[in-house]
Amino acid sequence: MGFLTGLLWLAAAIIAAMAAGWLFRTVAVAITPRGISKELKTAPLTASFGMLMILAYVFVAFFAPMLAPFSETEVVGPEFLFPGDDPSLLLGTDNLGRDMLSRMIYAARNTVGIAFVTTAIAFILGSVLGLLAAVVGGWLDQLLSRTVDVLMAIPALIFALLLLTIVGTSIINMILVIAVIDSTRVFRLARAVAMNIVVMDYVEAARLRGEGRWRLITREILPNAMAPLVAEFGLRFCFVFLTISALSFLGLGIQPPTADWGAMVKDTATMITFGNVTPLLPAAAIALLTVSVNFVVDWQLHRASGLKE
Amino acid sequence: MPETPTSDKDVLLTIRDLRIEGRADEEWLEIVKGVDLTLHKGEVLGLIGESGAGKSTIGLAAMGFARDGCRISGGTIDFDGIDLRKASETKRRSLRGKRIAYVAQSAAASFNPAHRLIDQYAEGPVQHGVMGRSEASRDAVDLYRKMQLPDPDEIGFRYPHQVSGGQLQRAMTAMAMACRPDLIIFDEPTTALDVTTQIEVLSAIRDIVEQFDTAAIYITHDLAVVAQMADKIKVLLKGEEVEEADTRTMLDAPTQDYTKSLWAVRSHARAEQPPVAAGTTPVVSVKGVTAGYGTLDVLKNINFDIHARRTVAVVGESGSGKSTTARVITGLLPPRQGEVLFNGATLPPDYRNRTKDQLRQAQMIYQMADTALNPKQRLRELIGRPAQMYLGLNGKALDERVRNLLDLIELEPDDYIDRLPSELSGGQKQRIGIARALAAEPQFIICDEVTSALDQLVAEGILKLLDKLQAEFDLAYMFITHDLATVKSIADEVVVMKEGVVVEQGPKSDMFQPPHDPYTELLLSSVPEMDPDWLDRLLEDRAAGGAGANVKSAGN
Amino acid sequence: MSHIFTMIAQRLALGFVTLFVVSLIIFLGTELLPGDFAQEILGQSATPETVAALREQLGLNDPMHIRYLGWLTDILRGDFGESLANGQSVATLIGGRLVRTLELAAYAAAIAVPLSLILGILAALFRNSFFDRFANASALSSISFPEFFVAYILIFLLAGAGGAFPATAINISRGDPTFAEYLHVAFLPALTLTLVVTAHMMRMTRAAIINLLSSPYIEMARLKGMAPMRIIVKHALPNALAPIINVIALNLAYLITGVVVVEVVFVYPGLGQLMVDSVAARDMPVVQGVALIFAAAYVLLNLTADVLATLSNPRLVHRR
Repeated sequence: MGFLTGLLWLAAAIIAAMAAGWLFRTVAVAITPRGISKELKTAPLTASFGMLMILAYVFVAFFAPMLAPFSETEVVGPEFLFPGDDPSLLLGTDNLGRDMLSRMIYAARNTVGIAFVTTAIAFILGSVLGLLAAVVGGWLDQLLSRTVDVLMAIPALIFALLLLTIVGTSIINMILVIAVIDSTRVFRLARAVAMNIVVMDYVEAARLRGEGRWRLITREILPNAMAPLVAEFGLRFCFVFLTISALSFLGLGIQPPTADWGAMVKDTATMITFGNVTPLLPAAAIALLTVSVNFVVDWQLHRASGLKE
Repeated sequence: MPETPTSDKDVLLTIRDLRIEGRADEEWLEIVKGVDLTLHKGEVLGLIGESGAGKSTIGLAAMGFARDGCRISGGTIDFDGIDLRKASETKRRSLRGKRIAYVAQSAAASFNPAHRLIDQYAEGPVQHGVMGRSEASRDAVDLYRKMQLPDPDEIGFRYPHQVSGGQLQRAMTAMAMACRPDLIIFDEPTTALDVTTQIEVLSAIRDIVEQFDTAAIYITHDLAVVAQMADKIKVLLKGEEVEEADTRTMLDAPTQDYTKSLWAVRSHARAEQPPVAAGTTPVVSVKGVTAGYGTLDVLKNINFDIHARRTVAVVGESGSGKSTTARVITGLLPPRQGEVLFNGATLPPDYRNRTKDQLRQAQMIYQMADTALNPKQRLRELIGRPAQMYLGLNGKALDERVRNLLDLIELEPDDYIDRLPSELSGGQKQRIGIARALAAEPQFIICDEVTSALDQLVAEGILKLLDKLQAEFDLAYMFITHDLATVKSIADEVVVMKEGVVVEQGPKSDMFQPPHDPYTELLLSSVPEMDPDWLDRLLEDRAAGGAGANVKSAGN
Repeated sequence: MSHIFTMIAQRLALGFVTLFVVSLIIFLGTELLPGDFAQEILGQSATPETVAALREQLGLNDPMHIRYLGWLTDILRGDFGESLANGQSVATLIGGRLVRTLELAAYAAAIAVPLSLILGILAALFRNSFFDRFANASALSSISFPEFFVAYILIFLLAGAGGAFPATAINISRGDPTFAEYLHVAFLPALTLTLVVTAHMMRMTRAAIINLLSSPYIEMARLKGMAPMRIIVKHALPNALAPIINVIALNLAYLITGVVVVEVVFVYPGLGQLMVDSVAARDMPVVQGVALIFAAAYVLLNLTADVLATLSNPRLVHRR
């Protein structure tokens, strides 16, 4: 019967999520200017729900100190309190007796912020080099592409672990290591997208007109490459976010006492065998954000590919 | 095709008030608006119209089929007593391929690349339970022979990519015949082929349709082609019927204005400019150019001149080196030998070493306006950029210049200046391509197949515009085309190319008068004419050894 | 046919060059270690004399290329050096655990590959139906879940009080489990991996097939009156083989290398567990050895996929 109750809860959660998505879309369409609202109308419920959730995460991340009842590191009660055991500690306490809810809220700022910075670095590095390789071609393209080929021949997580052994585990090191590894993936995509655009007649026309390389990239290629690159940013963010969480979970990423969802799962993992759902909460927080981003990206990719249902 | 009295034959297909809707931007729009059609057994109906006329959609509807994103929304389709709209999908499926077959425009794309031709041939008969696998294979060889395919015993064992386009198209017709259907839909079966290859496919199709007394719907935009193939012709415009009559009546005495305007396109020709005085320096002079990719020579010792106010048409089939010549002139492909002169002075072979002024003087207009215009730039920037860059115009002066150019290409400036290319029709896009070339104030423009992607009436408008601009600005044109009708209407001089070599060149008037180089002869004689007896006469003529009978066509 | 062998030979050569460069990167990693390798081994309390002696013993005073060649020949002979943490031979440490990791990967693959192919084909066949949308949304979700989330949910539901399966797989390293015992103990880790990769493979299989469904030869098959299932299996699938093979290879590679987190959650005695412990202890020889093995498995799998994809393309096998 436990299984059936679980299914019922799941169904209820899905219905609630879709209702929230629908409500959000209706409100958003009503308050945004015409151009944007026309786009928003095409969003499926999953994507609307995703957008709502992303906004919620951003909100929590920005106003964490105001929202959290306690500080990030304060010990407020006994260890391993179940959610609901103490009405003032809504989600219970962790292995050191810190308030789970407060740490969840602070982790939104820490984990999401670090993942965002990492993705941004990876993205700028990868797409600038990718576009250059496509436009300049020749030896530069060969050099960059072959280097990336070799770097991509080592599985990402393993490579990250290897590099972290070399440079040591710290937040800055982790950001740089993951950014470099991930930029190879961005490079591949940016180069492929730009390659498809470079062969277009309008780029040839611009070259024959005598346009410089800078203008070629910024005016002719980049505007046409934006859609796939933006979608890729979403996917990359998910990937980076999951990698950082995994590293933190393994104890090799964001270090204590900084609140972080991956590390929080690790700290409280033993409770799961006692039927305590606490470790699932931070894990669910990670999952919910990546699902939301993926839903939005999926919608954008679907639109970009022009597939009509 | 001999005229047969059709009215007393049995009716095979009756379509009444057919309506089909297509989905665009979350809305259903009617694209076929109540078309009637009656086809008797053994009869060939030509469906003709420009793009967007709904020809293919109607053709597919005759099989009870609608593409994804389309739906049949009204009317009746009665095939030999079966209502295709009411029949179950299983019932319809049992008719398709067995009693109604389809021949697609591009055989290269419509054959499955993963299977051998003969396996794809046998699939229909075996799955429909018409005959067994070995019987189907024997039958395939037999039909391949009837379709005059080379090596009929072996060709079926090849994969599609191992067979040339013209042969694939014939193999596809054979495949359609596999179950001996009552009706075949031919959807532009020769449009993707070169003219010399087209002849072979047309005659093979006609023979086999006659031999098995199969009814057919022949869809095309080419009047001259349909004149050879059809017993009667139906003209369509934007999903509606314009008129229908038997082939000769339709060709000789069309009643509707639209049909007459279609017919009239072919008769346009501008007056040929007199030859230039000897000793005049040509604007562009190609001297002894040999060029190619890798170790392969695509062009071999090409020589020709282009003078001010003159149009030189460079003609040839696909792979003849026409476009490569343009790439050498623009400097995208530096030649191995030879040089390109501009007003008597040598141009640097690589465009990157040319001066801004040298780049300005030679402009290019592309075949596919869709890919030639940056989809993210507004017309203001698309047209304005060359003027800004070469002539230093800015602010108000630039705005005025852009408006002035839009005027020249006959588009209302206030309405169009802030549009994106996606908000234009195909012909309008091509006009923007022209305006962008003009903005540089060049002496010389290369027009690379600029009309081949356009409907005839639209293409006509573009040609007239180019003509007008040439007179106004003393432009020299190099006109790359595979379409001899275009050559007839605009060229002063003609250069005929085959496999990277110029086989013949001279003034247009000489070119269309015998005697010719044999290849030119083959090319000229292969262009379909509006006379329903043309194909018969040509085939007889060739059988007797005339009109390029002994020359191999380039593409096959 | 000779050209196809040339192509495959070229791919193989390229694969070995890649492996060689990867080994170079992994080796150079040690060189970049801040501080002295010998000092690292002996700890801060070591005297300069003992450090110098160890440097001599380890050959650290030789030029870099000599040391690289020595390192590489040692590895090719199966000698990965000694662990800094406990002085055990790295080869011994890795040996038994590699087998365990491969077993787990094979277990998961045996469920995931057929399952995802079937689901992918069904989703393509019934595209835009409720089944397709549901499969797609749940696949998208499970791709987005961190592995440990999936793992703990499974533990929460299926292990613990009254659960049918053990929450840890640590018992595998004790004694020699029978096949049935192994399947039972390793069920949850294998299921976790299966859930993670099935979603991805299913989506890609569906996408690869649907991509082709708008092509003219599929329309031709429909107009020949072929049944929908036959169109998918006979006309779309053969042309979608190359992307599908690549996806399978990618996910198999993931199964072997991405097990790290799952092994840690379930205390499964595999290579990933070893790697994580060694990274925390900065035990460089072990990390190098494990990384090299993972990279080799990854390169070899991609290589195999490439060769198979080439062989599945009639344009490459039968040239004009």
